[in-house]
Amino acid sequence: MSIAPACPLPIQQHETVQMAHGAGGRLSQALMQRIFMPHLSNAFLDQLDDQAKFDIPAGRAAFTTDTYVVSPVFFPGGNIGELAVNGTVNDLAVGGARPLYLSAGFVLEEGLPLQELEIIVRSMAEAARKAGVLIVTGDTKVVGRGQCDKLFINTSGIGIVRKDVSVSCRNLRHGDSIILSGSVGDHGMAIMTTREGLSFQSGITSDSAPLNAMIEAVLEAVPTVHAMRDPTRGGVAATLNELAVSSYAGIEIHEGTVPVRDDVRGACELLGIDPFHVANEGKLVLSVAAADAPKVLEVMRAFDCGREAAVIGSVVADHPGMVVMRTAFGSRRVIDLPLGEQLPRIC
Amino acid sequence: MKYIDEFRDPQLARQLLQEISRKTTRHWTIMEICGGQTHSIMRNGIDQLLPEGIELVHGPGCPVCVTPLESIERALAIASQENVIFSSFGDMLRVPGSSKDLFMVRSEGGDVRIVYSPLDALQIARENPSKEVVFFAVGFETTAPANAMAVYQAAREGMANFSVLVSQVLVPPAMRAILSAPGNRVQGFLAAGHVCAVMGYSEYEPIAAEFGVPIVPTGFEPLDLLAGILKTVEMLEAGTPGVANRYGRVVQREGNPAAQEVIRKVFEVVDRQWRGIGMIPMSGLGLSREYDRFNAEKKFGVSHIVASESPLCMSGSVLQGKLKPDECPAFGRECTPLHPLGATMVSSEGACAAYYNYHRNVSFP
Repeated sequence: MSIAPACPLPIQQHETVQMAHGAGGRLSQALMQRIFMPHLSNAFLDQLDDQAKFDIPAGRAAFTTDTYVVSPVFFPGGNIGELAVNGTVNDLAVGGARPLYLSAGFVLEEGLPLQELEIIVRSMAEAARKAGVLIVTGDTKVVGRGQCDKLFINTSGIGIVRKDVSVSCRNLRHGDSIILSGSVGDHGMAIMTTREGLSFQSGITSDSAPLNAMIEAVLEAVPTVHAMRDPTRGGVAATLNELAVSSYAGIEIHEGTVPVRDDVRGACELLGIDPFHVANEGKLVLSVAAADAPKVLEVMRAFDCGREAAVIGSVVADHPGMVVMRTAFGSRRVIDLPLGEQLPRIC
Repeated sequence: MKYIDEFRDPQLARQLLQEISRKTTRHWTIMEICGGQTHSIMRNGIDQLLPEGIELVHGPGCPVCVTPLESIERALAIASQENVIFSSFGDMLRVPGSSKDLFMVRSEGGDVRIVYSPLDALQIARENPSKEVVFFAVGFETTAPANAMAVYQAAREGMANFSVLVSQVLVPPAMRAILSAPGNRVQGFLAAGHVCAVMGYSEYEPIAAEFGVPIVPTGFEPLDLLAGILKTVEMLEAGTPGVANRYGRVVQREGNPAAQEVIRKVFEVVDRQWRGIGMIPMSGLGLSREYDRFNAEKKFGVSHIVASESPLCMSGSVLQGKLKPDECPAFGRECTPLHPLGATMVSSEGACAAYYNYHRNVSFP
């Protein structure tokens, strides 16, 4: 006969997220010490204050925020963690800002394996290191099982805008070249291949990447770039339409100049999706005076994320506010905004 | 990309276009049956490249477009019920009923899921034995085999929690209706390649003979379409009606016998209401007596639901080739893809949506 101990010790080492991890008590501290600090530690975060205090270099600051709810949280070529860092870094960079500091807010679902959380936090740290930014403040909340899907991450970021640049989606000028940094649709189709009911074998991986180093080099060489955007949700089609509408300018794109990976094209053909409408997470669209385009291309192509950079079209006097594709057959068609939900929770 | 780029070759397209121009001596009105063909014509701007004498009008072959409003209402009623997982091809979710669409049902708490195949819906039913899983079985002869197969499998597995809301339609009765309609302008058809892949084209031979029209089974890539148009023009110019296959890599005269067999097993030919067109006798498929226990209309008691169309929507005339989408007064004004009055503005295969998406407000030379 065995006798159970009358007063069992509480479990100290959990393998999954518990409600108490978000309650501000001992388990919250344990989560910080075990998962977050070992990877994200820096002089600002280590203060463990409710806020980070830092000096901002003189100039205009850029400030942005984005929330990441991608499903699944692990996908071919990445996970929600690096997406959350790269996305906010890129949102700052395309405004001509040098990203400096990020915040990270986590909503964790009760039951999330801590091992998965650690992998995600580790890739956030790696992404921040690659992009040269610091995660200086953060927050963690836990919600009951079923009240979120594994985890959601919000990141906000602060950067300093270069003095000599003025990029804006309202700046398109007649005669500009439209440049795209590489193949379209990789991220969206990588997510698509993992979805329930759609799963098919492919080598498609997400293009999630920080663009700030490439953008900085481009602006160093050609500070007069008129507009930059990273074509995420809604794909290149949505980005081009935003630029055309904001500047009340016409954009003409030449079919065949837009790089699309063969496997992405194949998957799109199969599913009846236009690669122009599919999300990217490491691509850049920019508009620059045609005379400066060769220089911009040369700079971009020196970077991994810009190796396939190409001029895909130009800003024209016709059809202001609209994007038109010149087809390989010589006919033309409108490139419209994608309508409704193509694939939910892609980033 | 292999097997795609070959059929999009600009050089070969130019040669076919020159040949069409050379052969055309007068005005001809040709209808492409399938919405997929309409989509490809608009997307590639083929209508802009054809000689002036060739007019393409767009046919009724968009399953989402011709699914009657009352089927949509019945779908909404079923999807709103507790304990139901309602599954459908994505396009159907945005088709408006009289007060809402399936997306709105989902936002109100209904479990509405997009699937790419009815067999995926069947899998959902296997994984959720305590739920009623309903699949919205719409489409032409193209979707009929897979939809029939899902029902056939469900029967074999003795599944009691799976059913289908059927709104299947057939091409040949619609072609007869178009050709018989007063004021018909259609002189030749590009038959829908994928429908022919299933059914073959022998059933078009009596239609071609009776109405004296050329019918040419045609594919969906630019070169497929141009080859189909060229053949139709040649037959029109020569005055030799009949059926000539221009989608040989996919279509055989007798079609796909295995697919036809499963359709025959599970479905029977019934009268069917077409959205915008009305009742066409013996123009659709319904579950046969043997498989009627999978009939969602009966299972959920929604057969009594009827509905009527917006009087502004002229999609019936568009679907019969009597009106071009941009000739409709509501086009791009009261009726846009975000606020569609009719299904032709909703589906990616709908003629109105194809015009809106690819040609809107731009006068192409």
